[in-house]
Amino acid sequence: MPGQSVGVVTSQRAHFDQPLQLRSGGVLPAYDLVYETYGTLNAAKSNAILVCHALSGHHHVAGHYADAPGNIGWWDNIIGPGRPLDTDRYFIVGLNNPGGCHGSTGPSSVNPATGKPWGADFPIVAVSDWVEAQARLADRLGIDAWAAVIGGSLGGMQALRWTISQPERVRHAVIIASAPKLSAQNIAFNDVARQAILTDPDFHGGNYYEHNTRPVRGLRLARMLGHITYLSDDQMGEKFGRELRNGSFGFDFDVEFEVESYLRYQGDKFAGYFDANTYLLMTKALDYFDPARLDGGDLTKAMGRSNPNTGFLIASFTTDWRFTPARSKEIVAALLANNRNVSYAEIDLNFGHDSFLMDDAHYHGVVDAYLRNIKL
Amino acid sequence: MTHTLGRPDFDIIAGWIEPGHRVLDLGCGDGTLLKHLIDTRGVHGVGVEIDDANILAAIKNGINVLQGNLEKGLDEFTDQSFDHVVLSRTLQTVRHTEGILREMLRVGREAVISFPNFAYWKNLRSVLDGRMPVSEDLPFQWYDSPNVRFFTLLDFEALCAQMGLIIRERHVLDEGGNMVGNSDERELNFLGSLAVYRLTQAR
Repeated sequence: MPGQSVGVVTSQRAHFDQPLQLRSGGVLPAYDLVYETYGTLNAAKSNAILVCHALSGHHHVAGHYADAPGNIGWWDNIIGPGRPLDTDRYFIVGLNNPGGCHGSTGPSSVNPATGKPWGADFPIVAVSDWVEAQARLADRLGIDAWAAVIGGSLGGMQALRWTISQPERVRHAVIIASAPKLSAQNIAFNDVARQAILTDPDFHGGNYYEHNTRPVRGLRLARMLGHITYLSDDQMGEKFGRELRNGSFGFDFDVEFEVESYLRYQGDKFAGYFDANTYLLMTKALDYFDPARLDGGDLTKAMGRSNPNTGFLIASFTTDWRFTPARSKEIVAALLANNRNVSYAEIDLNFGHDSFLMDDAHYHGVVDAYLRNIKL
Repeated sequence: MTHTLGRPDFDIIAGWIEPGHRVLDLGCGDGTLLKHLIDTRGVHGVGVEIDDANILAAIKNGINVLQGNLEKGLDEFTDQSFDHVVLSRTLQTVRHTEGILREMLRVGREAVISFPNFAYWKNLRSVLDGRMPVSEDLPFQWYDSPNVRFFTLLDFEALCAQMGLIIRERHVLDEGGNMVGNSDERELNFLGSLAVYRLTQAR
């Protein structure tokens, strides 16, 4: 896509004293949210777009920091002047959700009640809790209604949840590579990832901070497993095939195939910075997500709670086997049954679930075209 | 004669649709017809399209458009959720002819269908001359055509009868988009280049 990066950005922090009552029954007595904004909020405050992050994402969505030019936002390719989330037109907000490990209050933050990291005591957070926290951030920023809430994967689930929980406050929802709830297979993958962490001897029941250690091995395995599910078989085949690092079999258990090398690298990198408790929380939020549950599993009834004036863009990727196009179509069908304004694009990209992060002219063109039609 | 958006069948289709109706346009292209119906008749419109470029163009046009393959049915739509289901110049590109006709009348009260008439005299003459026809309404070379079904007005009406579909209205146009007048069935089949039908079924 044409357009430019937003360039140098800074992150901000907002403190909230009002307790956040959680879906799990728990309470966050007070919390911080770190966030970034790009572009300018217009006088009518009608041009704000919320970007919701997925499992491993955070508030640093676009641009880079002045003192760290290599630290580029995770969705930089879609945000900036002339890009689909055009900062000449929109005011973009990205935040780190509660429970995260990038600055917002999470398991690695200090629990004011004990003076120690929350660890295992951090309450389970649900997608609906994030929406509530995001709504409070919107209040703080003076945004009554988002022009759009957008997200991929778990981020798309937040966008979907917004339309049900806060129907008057979201004018458009852009839900990419997402699903109305996880399948048994999805949950199974998440549980294997959790088991890897929970059974790591360094996990210490979630209170590893006080033992000055981290369950790096478990987190690494969890990420390696997750990574396999984000890619397509074809893409892995193209990228790695059966290539050997040293050209011949070693007949041992060292890194031999390129795909092993890649996965271990990804696992190590992730385990080096991500918090295992956050990983557990994020996967549980995914598992629990099921906005139709309170309507007896009837997604059509659940989507009937959305505002009739809210517009929807649903997009899926042909090679995404984690959240297949059929899962996106469930959302589409529920919206159609409620006569909602909905468009659906099934994008032929070869990067599996990760396609939503890729810079592709057609994919970005679709998002761009949809967003440019939003009246501010 | 000038036609709305350069498509004579669009004028006829638009004439059958009342303000506020719910319209599903199958194979909606860039959404031109739906946009026209929304702008002039305030319909609630949804399009289905398979082609990436058309999906992008329809979204640019501000149309509700869903990417999908008509051959796979219309599963995402509930029964009788539209007043009109439009299939303009697309039936000849669909392999499962009966399937799509049934699906149209499952999700819609009425099916509105336009298609090129293979028995149009110029097409017949072309075949007699030894070449497959290329005309205003059949604009493709045989080796580069999206069309997979070649049929005539009479063929279509025989299928409707066989399927128990009721023809509520029929307009037959020549290559210039002008209405072909009161001729008998065989003459219409000979003089018509494009046919537009309005179908329903007993419920």
